[in-house]
Amino acid sequence: MKDILGRVRAGEILVGDGAWGTMLMARGLEPGQCPESLNLTRPEVLQEIAALYLDAGAEFITTNTFGGSPLKLADYSLEDEAEEINRRAVEALRPVVGDRALISASVGPTGKILLPYGDTAPEIIADSFTRQIGALIEAGADMICIETMIDMREARLAIEAAKSVSADIPIMATMTFDPTPNGFFTIMGTSVEQAAAGLEEAGADIVGSNCGNGIEKMIEIAAEFRRHSRLPIAIQSNAGLPENHAGEIVYPESPEFMADKAGRLIDLGVSIIGGCCGTGPDHIRALRGLVDGRSRGQQPR
Amino acid sequence: MDVLQEIGSSLRNGEDERVAELTRQAIDAGMPVGEILNDGLIGGMNVVGDLFRRHEIFLPEVLLAARAMQRGIDLLAPLLIEEGIPSAGKVVIGTAQGDLHDIGKNLVGIMLKGAGFEVIDLGNDVPAERFVDAAVEAGAPLIGMSALLTTTMTSMKGVVDLLRERGLAGKIQTIIGGAPVSKEFADEIGADAHGYDAANAVEQVKALLAGA
Repeated sequence: MKDILGRVRAGEILVGDGAWGTMLMARGLEPGQCPESLNLTRPEVLQEIAALYLDAGAEFITTNTFGGSPLKLADYSLEDEAEEINRRAVEALRPVVGDRALISASVGPTGKILLPYGDTAPEIIADSFTRQIGALIEAGADMICIETMIDMREARLAIEAAKSVSADIPIMATMTFDPTPNGFFTIMGTSVEQAAAGLEEAGADIVGSNCGNGIEKMIEIAAEFRRHSRLPIAIQSNAGLPENHAGEIVYPESPEFMADKAGRLIDLGVSIIGGCCGTGPDHIRALRGLVDGRSRGQQPR
Repeated sequence: MDVLQEIGSSLRNGEDERVAELTRQAIDAGMPVGEILNDGLIGGMNVVGDLFRRHEIFLPEVLLAARAMQRGIDLLAPLLIEEGIPSAGKVVIGTAQGDLHDIGKNLVGIMLKGAGFEVIDLGNDVPAERFVDAAVEAGAPLIGMSALLTTTMTSMKGVVDLLRERGLAGKIQTIIGGAPVSKEFADEIGADAHGYDAANAVEQVKALLAGA
């Protein structure tokens, strides 16, 4: 169960979980409140969401630590509690997740821009990631999920920080790309080819993309990763770009639509399929159905 | 190449020292301050905005260009005041409540200052009350809000609603922007304008205040 790399290398397709932010908001996270502060105050909410995703068939559950780096927490003056916030996020999930699934520790961007474009030195960002990832691993995270990265250099710093804490923790690293007339690039200008090479070189075990512009674009991105990388690929897509329906933010892609399109990801050899913004337990259930159906179909009896 | 064109091309290349040097040269040569600003710095930044919109350059280049522009503006600002060139107007800006992404908002702020506006920057995660209070206090006829997260877009509606509630609708106008924000969304929440990028935001602000 725990050996995620062994499983994906053996050809198994794993289903991840879906969005956390919207699930937290539905359970009382206020606008302007630090999402990770709930790790200290309302662990039962994390457990409730984890249980929903487990029941939907997720094989790893993401910790509520996307903004858990000290640099990001400083926006809410919570930087001194970074270790506690990250530790509690893992500890809250373990009783629910047990050995049924993996705990995947989320590490998102610090929100700082590296010199010379911004004002932050690489050592500061490295130190911030090391504190966060150190606490996550010490608390028993099964893997590190570095996600929504737009700057190759920051992604590398996060991967290197994970490596410095633990030489053998599995590292999944995914970036967010936008379509341009010249192909897919992050807003900082990293191409899929550069991402595939850079993430692997820094030490990622699984590479890919998350967030983004919907499942159809993700299929193109996955194909490009396949062309440029031999590593296992992870794709965790948004349920499309958000639309505004009478003041309500709606993500347009239904669970059925997403699962239907995600069949292409399996054809491309993607190893890990999950959701990002706008996806919920129903999306994960649909993806689970797709993966189970395919695995059965592929194994002649 | 004349000095103003060279300011523009140095700005596009993110050469901040060179932009400062050329701006100083233009000032020393006695060129009108407004011309250096409009034809040199703002003209150059508009080109950068266009290139970014067409995905020919990425955010790092825009950030370097914005920094270079700031160097030029720092030199021009005292002269603009000295010459009594009137402020183009006051604008209160900030990111919507819950949103901590400020790259876009900062860029708009720099370009508004460049265009001669007095900018009151409230920073990140600004509650509706603070937007409105600050605009009233400063006598600013315009509030500019940015959101990068879909989850915080809706909080911009709070500002528009609060202005109505306090009978300030029409007296204080609103412009919104940010990656997930569209013209349709602006119309729907009753914002007065939508800037689809930093350069366009400046155009829209000018149009709103000209019409006010």
